[in-house]
Amino acid sequence: MGDNAVSPEKIIATKHLIKEGFKAGWPICLGYLPIGLAFGVLAQKAGLNPLAICLMSVLVFAGSSQFIAVSLLSGGATLLPIVVTTFVVNLRHVLMASSLAVYLRGVSKGWAALFAYGVTDESFAVNLTRFRDGPWDWRQAMVVNHTANVAWIGSSIIGAYSGQFIPAGAFGIDYALIAMFLCLLVFQLRGHLYTATAAIAGVLAVILSLLIPGNGYIFLASVLAATIGVVIRRLVVRSSE
Amino acid sequence: MAQTEYLLLVVGMGLVTYFPRWFPILFLSKRELPQWFTEWLDLIPVAILSALVLPELLTGSDPRHLDFFRPQLWVALPTFFFAKKTRSLGGTVIVGMMLFWMAAKWI
Repeated sequence: MGDNAVSPEKIIATKHLIKEGFKAGWPICLGYLPIGLAFGVLAQKAGLNPLAICLMSVLVFAGSSQFIAVSLLSGGATLLPIVVTTFVVNLRHVLMASSLAVYLRGVSKGWAALFAYGVTDESFAVNLTRFRDGPWDWRQAMVVNHTANVAWIGSSIIGAYSGQFIPAGAFGIDYALIAMFLCLLVFQLRGHLYTATAAIAGVLAVILSLLIPGNGYIFLASVLAATIGVVIRRLVVRSSE
Repeated sequence: MAQTEYLLLVVGMGLVTYFPRWFPILFLSKRELPQWFTEWLDLIPVAILSALVLPELLTGSDPRHLDFFRPQLWVALPTFFFAKKTRSLGGTVIVGMMLFWMAAKWI
């Protein structure tokens, strides 16, 4: 048997990686189902055919901006405003990618570039938690990204064809993502500083969401709360010296 | 919107979405970061999760307003405690969904 052959051990190891990634990522797939369906239905009502809908989900892979883009299209908006809006809406991913970056040290540029494609609110939350609690391999994280991706694209297409036949709120599925975020938030409350930061971020987010249209409040509240958290940390450290 | 224009649109949307995801991964994973920045990044996840969740629980839309009587909020309390106790992501998602489904039926 030549050295180039794929050994049985390698196959088992890869299967294990995929299985672990799957186990971590399935709640995201569940959560994406109703949202992807809703997106498909809305996009179809806005006049897009299934191929166009599929293309958007494949190229963008960002739910909130896709919803906004579709409603802008319905309103007759042109290319540039929609693209600029998309940029602003998805800018928060730069924070998430930054948090994930340290765990991707040593990954080749090509794989890192592919990984970046799959960074969403949900895949970030799941992967970061796993990386933190360790051990978590970047390939398992990639599996999470891509299973979520398939679920997103698949449900968009299904929605494009048949969404109007599915009853709203079946099995409470609209709550899947909120429940997921709540659980991941619990995992992040690793001490008083984190709880304080979470409280500040949450309150700021609520206030800002009422004052500013769109979802810029997520980015703003997070950045402000994290900054305040660092300041608090410095003050506490200084006062105990 | 014409076909070519739509194609340009989704490609444009894709690029502006991809770039913020790719840029930090490309540049930050390769260099040493100053301490204040790592401390700051360390707090970003908990901040983002809270910023994502709390408005969903406390505000309604069309137009946005404070609403303390949303089923999302009531269901969040047992869901949160379930998560604290079991630390199970899949379990929490299912429990949350079931509770929300029941809440929707009874309100």
